Amino acid sequence: MVKLVYFAWVRERMGMAEEMVELPASVQTIADLALWLAGRDEGAALAFANPDVVRAAIDKHHVSPLTSVQGAREIAFFPPMTGG
Amino acid sequence: MREPGGTTRHISVQADPFDLAAEVEKLTGGRTDIGAVVTFTGLCRDEAGQLSALELEHYPGMAEDEMTRVVDKAEQRWPLQAVGVIHRYGVIRPGEVIVLVVTASAHRVAAFEAASFLMDYLKTRAPFWKKEHPADGSSGGWVEAKALDDLAAERWSAAKSD
Repeated sequence: MVKLVYFAWVRERMGMAEEMVELPASVQTIADLALWLAGRDEGAALAFANPDVVRAAIDKHHVSPLTSVQGAREIAFFPPMTGG
Repeated sequence: MREPGGTTRHISVQADPFDLAAEVEKLTGGRTDIGAVVTFTGLCRDEAGQLSALELEHYPGMAEDEMTRVVDKAEQRWPLQAVGVIHRYGVIRPGEVIVLVVTASAHRVAAFEAASFLMDYLKTRAPFWKKEHPADGSSGGWVEAKALDDLAAERWSAAKSD
């Protein structure tokens, strides 16, 4: 099981702040995971409608879409950051 | 000469406002080796009366970690005696502070450059998101990231480090 956490408009569109999921074997990378999540329901499809925009972190470190999800405990998806 | 123990640092993600003078004193008080202190304070604007508040969401844990990593980078690049970074979250009204960067060095160039670098990197890497609450009571939306902010951060990787 891996913990997924969502922030800002990704969280709003997913309709939840976090969840625990069992990843299917077909999900190897962050990009695979985004695609798999997008296929779940309408809100998720909207959250990942433009997957290039959504950023990801594994165990609180920024990662690229091609990063492997192997061994991840917590995976986060969020929009580009707007702090500061 | 740098004092033994190197850089003093203070990194905080907090809901409460901060006092600029008190934060500078925390970092530089009692030291005699600092010749330059640069501070940057980011405030909430009212956008010509259109905005009643900003709501800042953050990723607890990662926000602190990422701010620490950005401070690490700045310390590797410039000879800093003290660094402070504070970022607030929650509802912030126009006129209130959002973010503070303090850099202290023996000479001004390092302090100026490091403060600028820290802000550019915080904007593009620290996991914070701003939602606007319009003054007219409508639901508002998430602030969009600016391409200019990415360019500002990228110029530091293009620039020769020393």
